Amino acid sequence: MAEPVLRVENVRRLFDVSKPWLERVISREKPQFLRAVDEVSFEIRPGETFALVGESGSGKSTVAKMVVGLLPPSAGAVHFSASMGGAKVRPGAIQMIFQDPYASLNPRWRIRDIIAEPMEALNHPADPAAREARVADLLTLVGLSPLDGEKYPHQFSGGQRQRVAIARALSSEPQFLVCDEPTSALDVSVQAQILNLMRDLQERLGLTYLFISHNLAVVRHMAHRIGVMYLGRLVEVQETEALFAAPRHPYTRLLIDAVPDLEQIGRDRVPVQGEVPSPINPPSGCTFHPRCPLAMEICRREVPAFDGSVACHAANDRAVSPSLA
Amino acid sequence: MATGDTGMEPVLSVRNLSLEFVTRRGVLRALNEISFDIARGEVLGVVGESGAGKSLTGTAIIGLIDKPGRLSGGEIWLKGQRIDNIGHDGLRKIRGRRIGMIFQDPLTSLNPLFRVGDQIAETILTHMPVSKAEARSRALALLTEVGIPAPESRIDAYPHEFSGGMRQRVVIALALAAEPDLIIADEPTTALDVSVQAQIITLLKRLCRTRGTSVMLITHDMGVIAETADRVAVMYAGRIVEIGPVADVIRHPRHPYATGLMGAIPALGAKVQRLTQISGAMPRLNAIPAGCAFRPRCTVAIGKCAEAIPPLVPVGATSARCWLHETPVEWSASHG
Ligand SMILES: Nc1ncnc2c1ncn2[C@@H]1O[C@H](COP(=O)(O)OP(=O)(O)OP(=O)(O)O)[C@@H](O)[C@H]1O
Ligand SMILES: Nc1ncnc2c1ncn2[C@@H]1O[C@H](COP(=O)(O)OP(=O)(O)O)[C@@H](O)[C@H]1O
Ligand code: SF4
Ligand code: SF4
Ligand SMILES: [Mg+2]
Ligand SMILES: [Mg+2]
Repeated sequence: MAEPVLRVENVRRLFDVSKPWLERVISREKPQFLRAVDEVSFEIRPGETFALVGESGSGKSTVAKMVVGLLPPSAGAVHFSASMGGAKVRPGAIQMIFQDPYASLNPRWRIRDIIAEPMEALNHPADPAAREARVADLLTLVGLSPLDGEKYPHQFSGGQRQRVAIARALSSEPQFLVCDEPTSALDVSVQAQILNLMRDLQERLGLTYLFISHNLAVVRHMAHRIGVMYLGRLVEVQETEALFAAPRHPYTRLLIDAVPDLEQIGRDRVPVQGEVPSPINPPSGCTFHPRCPLAMEICRREVPAFDGSVACHAANDRAVSPSLA
Repeated sequence: MATGDTGMEPVLSVRNLSLEFVTRRGVLRALNEISFDIARGEVLGVVGESGAGKSLTGTAIIGLIDKPGRLSGGEIWLKGQRIDNIGHDGLRKIRGRRIGMIFQDPLTSLNPLFRVGDQIAETILTHMPVSKAEARSRALALLTEVGIPAPESRIDAYPHEFSGGMRQRVVIALALAAEPDLIIADEPTTALDVSVQAQIITLLKRLCRTRGTSVMLITHDMGVIAETADRVAVMYAGRIVEIGPVADVIRHPRHPYATGLMGAIPALGAKVQRLTQISGAMPRLNAIPAGCAFRPRCTVAIGKCAEAIPPLVPVGATSARCWLHETPVEWSASHG
């Protein structure tokens, strides 16, 4: 098997959420840290789409930011393969696409300047005429017209702006794209356009994706492998079809059951109770235990180790029964 | 299952409703000839892309359209009473009492400065002839009914002391407080996590079933509609383009936009290689094309589509607004 493009090893990220220093001293409180991400490890193979899925606050975006280097990990490490430049990743080899295609584009710049910006920054290609030609090619590649380069972001719809954001990300010829909820702000008919485009581009350009979403159906459509996060931890990683056919972690089961599905018209169900607890003061042991229908005594005491596929005391070598929820 | 034509008078009846915005650059038609009924105990889902006119339809029914918007035609009837022409005071009596409301952000419905129990009791007192003590005990019963754990100790808490899901439960209790005939829920679960969304949908369904309350459920999430609604109206550019029983609209949509929409949604079931793609985007209000508004994105348009707006006509189990169905030939959409 090909060497992974990316290896994330045991990363942790703490955020200081203490009260201001003086207030803290007066009330004699200790500094307080929030564990946004803890003991997260995974690998991504070349040409693969690896997805992280989880509810709000589970740590997906924090992992993404550590992967692209926007945030240093508090512990652990992010390694890229030699083909990406290893410890010194080639500038522009990793790009990121964000959820809000409006906030990520400078409203005062023309589209052509927005797309050319990474090329300017890297001075590659050095020849301005070559850059201009590349902007036109990129616009065509993402399904816009080269004439659109003259326009400003506000002249485009949300889906078109996300196409511009993708063209911009591709302009530095990246091998690896981190996409954080790239279609969550879009309508479904437009989301389908962008998801299809992302798959076409992956095929044509051999891109590797770290794809982040809270939408399980979107993740199922896009990903080869999926990692499920809960309260900052990876609780399960499996190939996509296996994850849906035989989820091993009770939380994965819960998520799959919770998604309203077009094919289940009029379904009645008993949803799992409770909400995601605060990450500032998470439950002891397995943080999912207060909501878990399989919780045992040990779950309250010991954090289950992640064995490369699942982190659950009850999931030793069997799939969680599908009738669980 | 409740349907719109059981012979019983519908709880809500909207007829040819139109709404426009008068701007300096001209008059923008935001809603056109919207017609539908909701029967007692029925959940009508309203779906469409952002800007299709879903929220405006809900806002028009509760009479909260602000200038420069105005109703430019049509009628709204609530249990046989016309309510689109009864003025501000008349509408104020109806809002909260006969029509309850739930919005995406629970904090728009809750006053941050008042305890949740007091807010619910206040609504009960405003609309119903009961004593203060009775209102409070009803508020407690409602909090219990919507699944607030340990309601006796939570009744005097403030909205910010609740999680997002619990706040939305309080809003549902508030909407039900005066025992309304109809609830208008505008994206009630959109801001919530999926596991909490599932809880809220289940709760809404259960409460409306046991109380016989009708619901107009506005959402852009077809999955939520599939699970919750009896019938669904699909909106596009200010018009209903298809309306019918939920199973028929999902499995055999008749309008090309509805067909495309169903294929564009990634499903949890079998994986498809490629999602159906509808090219382009919904037009803005100031650039709605002549004829059928969907024509620039439609792959099966015919000559007539550019010339005139198709009427909403019955096709099979649903009704669709498309020239392909004008002469009721069976048109089989190539979807999936
Ligand atoms: N700069 C920060 N300071 C303090 N806490 C933070 C910071 N960034 C993130 N967090 C916290 O870390 C946790 C993980 O956040 P993160 O943004 O990674 O979640 P997410 O999975 O991307 O959620 P969403 O689905 O809402 O985007 C959350 O509890 C969040 O509040
Ligand atoms: N106050 C307003 N002035 C002008 N246009 C408005 C106003 N409110 C809504 N609109 C327009 O009316 C259309 C329908 O809006 P809305 O009902 O909010 O859509 P939806 O809820 O389906 O996303 C949109 O094009 C929107 O921009
Ligand atoms: S470790 Fe225990 S509480 Fe956690 S998911 Fe597994 S069974 Fe449930
Ligand atoms: S009326 Fe014409 S353009 Fe409109 S949906 Fe039908 S076929 Fe397409
Ligand atoms: Mg995020
Ligand atoms: Mg809306």
